[in-house]
Amino acid sequence: MTDAGLVAEKLPVDPVEVAPERDLMSKFDALIAERQALIDTGVTDPFAIVMEQVKSPTEAVIAGRDTILLGTYNYMGMTFDADVIQAGKDALDQYGSGTNGSRMLNGTFRDHIEVEDALRDFYDVSGAIVFSTGYMANLGMISTLVGKGEYVILDADSHASIYDGCKQGNAEIVRFRHNDVNDLDKRLGRLPKDAGKLVILEGVYSMLGDIAPLKEMVAVAKKRNAMVLSDEAHSMGFYGPNGRGVYEELGCEGDVDFIIGTFSKSVGTVGGFCVSNHPKFEAIRLACRPYIFTASLPPSVVATAATSIRKLKHAHKKRAQLWENARSLHAGLKALGFKLGTETSDSAIIAIILDDQERAVAMWQALLDGGLYVNMARPPATPAGTFLLRCSLCAEHTPAQIAIVLKMFEAAGRSLGVIG
Amino acid sequence: MSDRQAIYDTVTAQIEPFNKKGVTLNDATTFQGDLEWDSLTVMDFVAAIEDEFDIIITMNMQAEIETVGQLVDAVAKLKG
Repeated sequence: MTDAGLVAEKLPVDPVEVAPERDLMSKFDALIAERQALIDTGVTDPFAIVMEQVKSPTEAVIAGRDTILLGTYNYMGMTFDADVIQAGKDALDQYGSGTNGSRMLNGTFRDHIEVEDALRDFYDVSGAIVFSTGYMANLGMISTLVGKGEYVILDADSHASIYDGCKQGNAEIVRFRHNDVNDLDKRLGRLPKDAGKLVILEGVYSMLGDIAPLKEMVAVAKKRNAMVLSDEAHSMGFYGPNGRGVYEELGCEGDVDFIIGTFSKSVGTVGGFCVSNHPKFEAIRLACRPYIFTASLPPSVVATAATSIRKLKHAHKKRAQLWENARSLHAGLKALGFKLGTETSDSAIIAIILDDQERAVAMWQALLDGGLYVNMARPPATPAGTFLLRCSLCAEHTPAQIAIVLKMFEAAGRSLGVIG
Repeated sequence: MSDRQAIYDTVTAQIEPFNKKGVTLNDATTFQGDLEWDSLTVMDFVAAIEDEFDIIITMNMQAEIETVGQLVDAVAKLKG
């Protein structure tokens, strides 16, 4: 053994300059310049916000100022639930801070099993597999399920994790126009009859907050002998009699083969999962690279998730309050004259549509300076070249907070000429 | 008129509504470089071509197609 492996490697203080044409970082010059131009106008960087303190699911301190949070995915406000926090503390005390390994080797602890049991109960299914993030759940499920010579048929507005799952696999990828049932049917009809097919849908599309006509789309997929995967990340906890998602609300439970979900939204921690009634579902654990070749979630995370999921099952009051909040904000913004992503209050996401980046940033900045945080989203994340100020509601927002929020939108919208 | 010429004429006719810069088209015209299309335009255009010829151009195939000529050849092959 030599000493070489024991000496900490250091980057040189004055690295030798790489010729621009050979510098791999040169490809980012345009991106760096665009960001700098935005900063130079004097605005706060919308993609570099720091929460200095978090006081509750709806309040934080940003740049020294008390701020109402209206741009998180903490739909059910579970992050500060006393039972959830206690479960995490107990797990830290009993099992330590991490698992140091893959689920497949040494990384499965009691609470990984417990959270998968909680998911089976919540969704009333026979199978549940937990991944380290929601992104990895899509990446793993799509790339593993659909192989060479088979087809993935996906909505054009699908989340990046769905597109990346397609790229990671070997299947043929076909897109259809967003939420267009006829377009899906037409494209399925052009594919080879005998090839395996997976149609991927989302209950709620997160940019505009619109929901999918799942009943019709699932019927078309079944007619064409395709299996169906629905990503219900933005609907867990508050759609359907048991809060399972849009697919439950629209009565498609028997026909959706795989449900993808996340712990980072309504559940209030981090992690992803897939649930299914397929009798061979467990085989995914043996074949899925994003499940096998990564460390499992820390014990405190799965313990908080399990407790949160068990509480979400009975969170009828929170569910009602969340819908009440979404409806009142949607109605208020509409009455003020803002252009919104959906005609009615379809989800817990309300997107205000603006036509140019300058006004979107100015509006976002005015709101932040007044003590309100919303998400700013821009192409390519957004559909059809739109700039969005996205509001996402929490069950813990109070009617008083919604009233304050509407006043802030009114003042910012009028001073910038967005509304009359 | 050959089959390829007929496909070429239909493809270029479909390009026109998206040809905002009025670029003169030939087999070597590139979608990204010459026509400067973004991913959303490509998506709309591909859907239009698919519907016109009643074919599917998978995203895997799209990744290999850079020029008008390559698209015409791909359509000819897919039409069989």
